[in-house]
Amino acid sequence: MAHDTHFEARSQVQQEYYRKENAAKMRSQVTQFAIMILLTLVAFASAVADFAPNFVKPFVLLLAGVQVVQQLYAFMHMEDKKAYHIGVISFFMWGGALIAFTFFLCFLTIIWW
Amino acid sequence: MSSVAQKKGFGAQVWDYLTTVDHKKIAIMYLAAGTLFFAIAGLEALFMRFQLMFPESTFVSAGTFNQLLTMHGTTMLFLAATPLLFAFMNAIVPLQIGARDVAFPFLNSLGFWLFFLGAVFLHLSFFMGGAPDAGWTSYASLSLYSPGHGIDFYVLGLQISGAGTLISGINFIVTIITMRAPGMTFMRMPLFTWTSLVSSTLILFAFPPLTVGLFLMLVDRMFGANFFDHTMGGNTIIWEHLFWIFGHPEVYILVLPAFGLFSEIIPVFARKRLFGYSSMVFATILIGFLGFMVWAHHMFTTGLGATANAIFAVATMTIAVPTGMKVFNWILTIWGGSIKVTVPMLYALGFIPSFVAGGVTGVMQAAAPLDYQLHDSYFIVAHFHYVIVGGIVTALFGAAHFYWPIMFNRALNEKLGVLTFWIFFIGFHLTFFLQHFLGLMGMPRRVFTYMGDQGWDLFNLISTIGAAMMGVGVILLVLNVLISIKSEPLNRRDYWGDGRSLEWALETPLPFYNFKQTPLVRGYDPYWIEKQEGNKEGMVYAEPVGDIHMPNNSILPLIMSIGTFIAAFGALYSPWGDQAIAGTADSVSPGLSVGLIVLGLGITVGAMIARSLKDDLGYHVHVAEIEAIEKDLAQYRATGKKGGNK
Repeated sequence: MAHDTHFEARSQVQQEYYRKENAAKMRSQVTQFAIMILLTLVAFASAVADFAPNFVKPFVLLLAGVQVVQQLYAFMHMEDKKAYHIGVISFFMWGGALIAFTFFLCFLTIIWW
Repeated sequence: MSSVAQKKGFGAQVWDYLTTVDHKKIAIMYLAAGTLFFAIAGLEALFMRFQLMFPESTFVSAGTFNQLLTMHGTTMLFLAATPLLFAFMNAIVPLQIGARDVAFPFLNSLGFWLFFLGAVFLHLSFFMGGAPDAGWTSYASLSLYSPGHGIDFYVLGLQISGAGTLISGINFIVTIITMRAPGMTFMRMPLFTWTSLVSSTLILFAFPPLTVGLFLMLVDRMFGANFFDHTMGGNTIIWEHLFWIFGHPEVYILVLPAFGLFSEIIPVFARKRLFGYSSMVFATILIGFLGFMVWAHHMFTTGLGATANAIFAVATMTIAVPTGMKVFNWILTIWGGSIKVTVPMLYALGFIPSFVAGGVTGVMQAAAPLDYQLHDSYFIVAHFHYVIVGGIVTALFGAAHFYWPIMFNRALNEKLGVLTFWIFFIGFHLTFFLQHFLGLMGMPRRVFTYMGDQGWDLFNLISTIGAAMMGVGVILLVLNVLISIKSEPLNRRDYWGDGRSLEWALETPLPFYNFKQTPLVRGYDPYWIEKQEGNKEGMVYAEPVGDIHMPNNSILPLIMSIGTFIAAFGALYSPWGDQAIAGTADSVSPGLSVGLIVLGLGITVGAMIARSLKDDLGYHVHVAEIEAIEKDLAQYRATGKKGGNK
């Protein structure tokens, strides 16, 4: 519980720079959040509007996929190209997703009852 | 504070090992525990071979035989091969990349203790009503109906030790990616570090499916769920998929570090740079990736359909391509080298043809139509023993000789080592070569006996004689280790004289912080480069001598692991299990069962909370202390005398 409190002295220029950057980041987060809500609305609307199931199922899955990418890149900061070892992190995320996808594919296709 | 050059009492020594977070000491504990379970599993194999020596033998009963074969497979893969490879990864990888420890020393210790207590839990089954008896794959259609607690021990023991393996795997990924010394770029990393990285990645992706499978099996057997029970709407095939999604990468988790060890041994004794370094790296990554796309080839005969069988057959055969690249690279490294045939090199030379034989039979089985013939026959047994003994065990034995000077500051006896190699190697081929033909003649695997006069008698007898020779080989290796304890300490760097990577630049015995100053790596094979330029210290430094930040020892990993151990007994004796309700397994009252689970997990969570709330920032070894330790070490190396406690 003995955290040293960290004090950082910032110059006026730095302060303004961070303020501007934070404002830009917040703007982008809110925008992304709005897009996500919009996509969710579209998904619900397509289900409620009684379109053919053969259209609704892949369409909703596609929207879900877009939201996963948004989640990873906008809210979990994978878009930050300067982050430490971001290349390795992206490789592991997408590599894991690809491998997990084959498992889902297998469970949906070749497992019989 | 600990130093090699200081005397310590016995109690202090034991406490030091129980609490240590030093990667070199954890490596020694992995080595000791792995050897113990290797010996136990080897003994089980010998019992099986003695039973099969003659037709209709009654040396062990059918039930005991099933327990022996299950425990042999489970122990060898999870509790012997894995920890022995972790021993070398712990001992060597931080030295190879120029790090003072792994990224998470606390987790390193936790990984070891979880593995060890899970392994002990599994082995307690022998004394508490019978070991698991459904094969190491524990197919649900068999294991759900196994009476007694054997399968419960398997599920809970592997759950605990699997958590430890997963933790260690993550630790090595982070260590290798973030803790490399300046100049140690990805494409300058030694092959053993590369294979450890890829193998740890496979652990990260492969162990969660196993954890899921084991958890479903746990609630099926002990708490009345029906995930795998087809009479209740479950599906027994799901277990097989979950198990093999893990199980096939597991094979690569084990064999890739073994490849890495040989990629270290061969250039040193061929006295030549490793041929085709970048293609070796590429092949390692490709094998790791393809290893995830082939699991269903273990299930060709379950009725996946022709399309699925064809896809998995072709995917399996493609793995032969990167593996072949590796084999040719090893051969071309040896080709034209000034070869020194030492014991590690003998193991490497024996490994290449043996492993290729195992690989070729693997491609044969990958052909789905042929697999219908080979499935569940001794041909399969011969195949995977050629891969595992010919590939992994030879690597472990060779690496033990190779790295013993760094790990223990002693050398293993060369003459005894050569004798051990030949006895073990001839015994290995005697045991398993003929099993190919036993399989083709129709002998099914996992049978406890067979009728005479089917043409199997002689081959089974020879196989047993070979197994006994392998046993003698292992005993000789252990003797060699015991003899080395009393031998003269080496107190030198580069024991083999032709070391190439960074670990050989260090003078043994190592101080606990490994590197006085972080080294600067100027190319692939950094120690070789420095030697060529006449640098007597073996490395150039990236920083001046400064304070070294080291982690504190902690007993919490052991306490956390003991908590899961206690909770496992609560689940084991659950009164809600199918077997407990049917009266074929003993159980305790609901209160006691839940109480044990809550108590055990409470201890674990309590230790986690203690760890989280109390900041442990480690300590600094100051420059004056570093100089004193280096002086002590220099005096010890010169005179062989240890200083007292200061």
